[in-house]
Amino acid sequence: MEKLSDNEVLELVHSDPAAAAQNRYIVHRVNTSRDIGDRNQYKAWVYLAPALILLLIFSFYPLINTFRMALLNGYTSDGFTTAYQVGFRNFKTVVNFVDFKQCLKNTVLLCVITVPISTTLALLIAVALNSIKPLQRMFQTIFFLPYVTNAIAIGMVFKVVFNRVAVGDLVQTEAVINRFIGLFGADPVNFVNVGSSWGANMFVVCTYIVWNALPFKILVLLGGLQNVNKQYYEAAKIDSTSKIRTFFRITIPLVSPMLAYVIITSFIGGFKEYSSIVGIFGETMGPAGSEGQMNTIVGFVYKMLPYWKTGVASAASLILFGIILIVTAINGLVSKRTVHY
Amino acid sequence: MTDDNNKTIINDTAAASPLNVPDELDVGAAARRQKVFKVVRYLITYLFLTVMALIVIFPFYWMVISSLKTMEEYRANVPTLWPHKLFFQNFATAFSQANLKDLFLHTLLVGTISTVLSLIVTVLSAFAFARLQFKGKNVVFGLLMATMMVPGELYTITNYLTVSGKLPFISQPISALDITHTFTVLIVPMLVSVFYIYLLRQTFLQIPNELYLAAKVDGTSDFKYLWKVMLPLSVSTIITITILKMMGAWNAYIWPRLVANDEAHQLITNGLRGASFILPNNETNYPAQMAAVAIVSVPLFLVFVFLRKYIMRGVSRSGIKG
Repeated sequence: MEKLSDNEVLELVHSDPAAAAQNRYIVHRVNTSRDIGDRNQYKAWVYLAPALILLLIFSFYPLINTFRMALLNGYTSDGFTTAYQVGFRNFKTVVNFVDFKQCLKNTVLLCVITVPISTTLALLIAVALNSIKPLQRMFQTIFFLPYVTNAIAIGMVFKVVFNRVAVGDLVQTEAVINRFIGLFGADPVNFVNVGSSWGANMFVVCTYIVWNALPFKILVLLGGLQNVNKQYYEAAKIDSTSKIRTFFRITIPLVSPMLAYVIITSFIGGFKEYSSIVGIFGETMGPAGSEGQMNTIVGFVYKMLPYWKTGVASAASLILFGIILIVTAINGLVSKRTVHY
Repeated sequence: MTDDNNKTIINDTAAASPLNVPDELDVGAAARRQKVFKVVRYLITYLFLTVMALIVIFPFYWMVISSLKTMEEYRANVPTLWPHKLFFQNFATAFSQANLKDLFLHTLLVGTISTVLSLIVTVLSAFAFARLQFKGKNVVFGLLMATMMVPGELYTITNYLTVSGKLPFISQPISALDITHTFTVLIVPMLVSVFYIYLLRQTFLQIPNELYLAAKVDGTSDFKYLWKVMLPLSVSTIITITILKMMGAWNAYIWPRLVANDEAHQLITNGLRGASFILPNNETNYPAQMAAVAIVSVPLFLVFVFLRKYIMRGVSRSGIKG
């Protein structure tokens, strides 16, 4: 098309709008014409204003303020201000806190234990689901069931599953789980009641987290598997490659992007673990008598808030942020090397 | 020469074919063996899936049967796998004990208002990011996306101070600003979700630009175009956002627990966690508690059964729950 002046373009547009809309050249000219661009400048900001104002108050300002509070030695929000000194004392306070060490240990262990288990189980289930035809939809529905649940409510159910009814030391009703492991000759374990050990509590929390994490992972991995080109498997079949070899040499490399995604998100989620433990143990974050035994970093932050120890809470939340950034970076580096395509 | 050779080969094979019988038998045996392997593999697969499915279902099953047991049966020496007598009284107890009716109403109110307001904010900004040209668009969008990386706890601390009237830069707490224990504070700080903006922007971007320009030359205003063309074309994403937001209100624990844990403003999750099911003899009435948990879980199940595809759409792209 020959070059047109802006006026000619406008004329064309007005004489036959439908045709003009079909015409790429004209569309391009209209699109880039300064007329529309300039008018949209302020209009766009009007459209964005509600979101931006809310984000400024409730996201960007808090972000800056968290750094500020964390870096003012001994900062509290209890009322009168003394001049605070800038420094890292809040961070030192957090790190030297006995409670915090327990929280950090719990959080890290929860991640390290649950992420590999739930990812492996989810991968196996997804592969199994992908290999069957009859009943596939039924199994899918069942495995997605835990997805839409209330973390607190189902945590309370897990508590009941592991709970024993006892009067003093005399166990009246053994937990249903203990009944079950009793079938295999194991001794009953005090999982969540008074005097239960840290390890037993950890087992319950990990079981719950794995149970809760499965549906999302199965969903993503199954989606990945279903998109894998069938030709790879047919080629493997012709070469009479064993099933196990096919799994490690074809399936895993082809779903590696989904695996990486699932692992990163569950690490991030794991470091922010809080609600599931509140669901099981309540806000004491541990069985009666050993409160705080199962506390996590997020739990530590929220424990500081009602006492207005916001400087310490901010420092702890920044440590959490730092951990998450480091883990994400490591995951990114590792998956760059191992994720195929 | 070659022809002759070929002939001999053909003749040879023809002649040799009766002698190949044992080989054929072997092939048959191998096929059978393979078939057995296949059956075994299927058996193992189904067995594995069944065991895992039972584990996944077990908590739900235990919740339901526990909620139907009498306290005596719950305390029985051997836990029963099915209640002798279905004791529906627990549900009435749960309703009164946990004040479930009020909790439902509060959650419905907060959920509905925040969903509507949040949709308005989301639609407007997604439209600006998808269609309008302005300076700094990429910078602003990048900033918004970056906030998704930050754990929510970082925001919560300051937001808690803000709504309690303890503004950090002002020396004295301003009691007039203390708006904790109201519904406003449950709704407003959580209105903007960058993830929803992102999700809707992606949907908007799929609508061809030509449509917008055709509307422009027809003299349609931006807002009318957004309302009449873009929204109807993006209904499924809007539904996804609505469901996720409502489920968010239903499952929210931390923020409601911090700012509205009084009886007049509790939402369903912190209300449920805070509810006391202690019997006069200092025992916890677990059957009633399980009944309350079951009641709270029912709406989620209904959403799951009827609206699953909308949830899956949003979910598989985020890893965000609720």
